[in-house]
Amino acid sequence: MRAVAAEGVWKFYGDYPALRDVGIEAEPGACLALIGRNGAGKTTLLRILGGFSKAGRGQVRIFGADPRETETRRQVGWIGHGISVYDELSAIENLTLFARLYNLSEPRRAALEWLSQTGLERVQNGLVREFSRGMRQRLAVARAFLHKPAVLLLDEPFTALDDRAIAVLQRLLREALAEGRTIVVSTHQLREALELATHVALLNRGKIAFRGPRTPEMLSDPGWVYAHYGEA
Amino acid sequence: MNFFRQTLVIARKDLRAELRTKEAINAALAFAVVILVLFSFAFDPLEEQTREISGGLLWIVFAFAGTLVLNRSFARELPNDCLDALVAAPIPGSALFLGKALANFVLVLAVELVSLPVFGIFYNVHWTSRIWSLLLVLALGTWGLTVIGTIFSALTVNIRLRELMAPLLVYPMLIPALMSAMKLTVDLIAGKPLGGDNQIWLRLLVVFDVIFTALSLVLLETVLVE
Repeated sequence: MRAVAAEGVWKFYGDYPALRDVGIEAEPGACLALIGRNGAGKTTLLRILGGFSKAGRGQVRIFGADPRETETRRQVGWIGHGISVYDELSAIENLTLFARLYNLSEPRRAALEWLSQTGLERVQNGLVREFSRGMRQRLAVARAFLHKPAVLLLDEPFTALDDRAIAVLQRLLREALAEGRTIVVSTHQLREALELATHVALLNRGKIAFRGPRTPEMLSDPGWVYAHYGEA
Repeated sequence: MNFFRQTLVIARKDLRAELRTKEAINAALAFAVVILVLFSFAFDPLEEQTREISGGLLWIVFAFAGTLVLNRSFARELPNDCLDALVAAPIPGSALFLGKALANFVLVLAVELVSLPVFGIFYNVHWTSRIWSLLLVLALGTWGLTVIGTIFSALTVNIRLRELMAPLLVYPMLIPALMSAMKLTVDLIAGKPLGGDNQIWLRLLVVFDVIFTALSLVLLETVLVE
């Protein structure tokens, strides 16, 4: 069974088609890099895959099920444009909150483990509003990985990260792939994404312009896909 | 069991966040007390007529002050895109709604319980004579206000003019609950017991609460997914 599949997906904002007959798929253990210019529809597609938004037409499945089903949501980890943690709560309170919402058996232990994994254990009781941007981003990564999701949907996760946060995220993504988890990542940072990717999909104005395995040419020249399949 | 645990997790999170910032509760408390004090200068608190309209005045103040709390309910999820994390979490929309409504209920009720003695002093009203009945009406009326305020807070969360839109939508919906609560409060302050003449208003308040709670529990999921 495919971990992630979208078939014939259309999404309209008013009369404007943000996605036009989009189809992608990712097998378990694959990493699909979703690339495209600003406004190409990457975020819209990821939000539909994550169940935040409904497709106007077409079908989206995570392990064969609707993304809005409770059991499906338990299997998905999400990093969007915002960090999705509460400024008024401490790091440990944030992670314990989400561990409880994901019904983990030992919420505090899981929270402490991920604070340690992301190098935030020394500031566990500090309020998030007092954190630096890099620390906030690492906490967001910890929140997304906390429940050990089988599918990770990451919307430009490398944007605005400091070096340390990029290193943490890359390590965690490599470990996730080695454990057989599936990643769909949209990004403008082609080099970082293509190093991880097993497959690539290029979106042009809401339409898939290229879809296929990542090749050595793409790795040696991150602009290769744009040069061959992008808009002039 | 899991449903109630998740409900309480959401309620506790909202209460903790509000008690740390005190943004909404301070604004609502200040508003309620200032309006009650200002109106007491406009009316002569010794007059019987003033006491007759004071139940209505009290509930209008509660409704306006409550909106300051309720407007923030889903708006507090917007910074850092926290709403995405809640929508992505494997919790039913009904648990999210109920958790938020419970937290709002506690906050609005706290504002009301502080306002009541102020009301009693400035309007020369002996509101404690039927205190348990009054607390029941207060709880029922506040739950109605909370349910409507919470669901419309979710409905308007992505609208730019939500501070304006939410009250415009909430107040017309609240008319049956507010009317019932006002009538019952006036009777209780006048020393009349619940039942008899005013039983119809009590029933209306209970039915309003049950219907809109059920509707909101079902609708929240649809409201939040784009």
